[in-house]
Amino acid sequence: MLKPLLLCLAIYSISFSTLGQELDLLDADEPIINYTSATFKTNRVVNGHSIETVAKREFDFKISHRFGFLSGGAYDLFGLDQATMRIGGDYGITDNVNIGIGRSTVDKTYDGFIKYKFLQQSTGAKEMPLTAVWMSHAGISTLKWTQPERENLFSSRVHYVHQLLLARKFTDGLSVQLSPTLVHKNLVSADSLSNDIFSLGVGIRKKITNRTTLNFEYFYVLPDQLEANRNNVLSLGFDIETGGHVFQLFFTNSSGPFEKAIITDTNAKWLDGDVRFGFNIARIFDF
Amino acid sequence: MKNNKIFFGRTGLFVAALATTLLFAFTNHGGGIYKTNTGNISFFSHTSVEDISAINHKVKTAFDATSGKIQFSVLIKDFEFEKALMQEHFNENYMESTKFASSTFSGIIENVGSIAFSKNGEYTATVKGQLKIKGVSKEVSTKSTFTVNNGVVNGKTLFVINPEDYGIEIPKVVSNKVSREIEITVDADYKHAH
Repeated sequence: MLKPLLLCLAIYSISFSTLGQELDLLDADEPIINYTSATFKTNRVVNGHSIETVAKREFDFKISHRFGFLSGGAYDLFGLDQATMRIGGDYGITDNVNIGIGRSTVDKTYDGFIKYKFLQQSTGAKEMPLTAVWMSHAGISTLKWTQPERENLFSSRVHYVHQLLLARKFTDGLSVQLSPTLVHKNLVSADSLSNDIFSLGVGIRKKITNRTTLNFEYFYVLPDQLEANRNNVLSLGFDIETGGHVFQLFFTNSSGPFEKAIITDTNAKWLDGDVRFGFNIARIFDF
Repeated sequence: MKNNKIFFGRTGLFVAALATTLLFAFTNHGGGIYKTNTGNISFFSHTSVEDISAINHKVKTAFDATSGKIQFSVLIKDFEFEKALMQEHFNENYMESTKFASSTFSGIIENVGSIAFSKNGEYTATVKGQLKIKGVSKEVSTKSTFTVNNGVVNGKTLFVINPEDYGIEIPKVVSNKVSREIEITVDADYKHAH
């Protein structure tokens, strides 16, 4: 008699203990897909693109400044006497397809790009380890020809950039991006130089608070493709987000605010103190 | 004959006891459970500078018509904002939804006995319990309306919370854009589950 009674008691206690749980009336959570968001604060790591895109029908107005070298000292107010800048914007055709245009003082360059996010990192019902974006960019320099007497082709003004951006948000605080990049210049200054320049970008973001991050960005250019005095670009940045604005403050040895100038036209060296202060201001508008 | 007696005697008693136990244990205790997985919770923040609102259409909620027990569970990520950037900041900066994925409420409909769930009509009741947001639990008591319409019970309520009570920090730069009195509206159509 004892055994059956114990069995009954056991069943009672199981059923009551379930009832005692906090949310016993609700259905169990079915698995859902958790898409990773905010891998970076904005759509640039420092100089180069990040995997972030602006949402559908949003316009991200961007002003970028890079000042002169800090090594200019007090006479140049540590570089603030000079500046290169780009004014432009990114627009969301969809959440995953962005287009952008800009005009930069460097070589009086107009640029335009298209960006397509084709993989989105996610956990839960669908596991996707990283986010992947394709970015294609074209730029047109509108400087007057340096040798107007020779035959100058319009195509010589044009360059292209293609990038595959691969990023993973490892934790809430740490995101890493790899950006294999191809720059194609229609015209190069010597026969020995390559028209296609291959490089690899690395971006790292470390969150400091919910609204500020530290950013690291480096572009490694594979050897023997560029003029001998060219250097790889290293940038250290600090992002501050204040609702609709993102302020990116950074130090970099690059002068250019678009990929071709960043990756292939940088002469300055950190080790010589030839570092610039710069900032990007991004403001989002809704349409 | 002797065997039969034993069967109906000891074993019979056991079978009967087990059956009764199972019946009591796994059917609900008397009253019906009403539930839905598509309830609505919205919130509204008003300041002179900016109005912010968001709605969640995937609220899970249920109540026990006999005991008055009522529960809610809502995924923070499912709150939809008009602006995508606001939604990102809500999850990333304010709610930290990767750490605190859901908010819950567990409480009691105090005068559940005065609501006739089988009869069409509108009833008011006080719902009292623990509201948990961002890992912080606080006692909340609110006047609610239950409207019975052909077996469907609509529950509605509106109450106000201060985000800072739940450890939701509002930085100085947006201090005049986010209200300290956030109106929360609940609207759910419950159907009889069993």
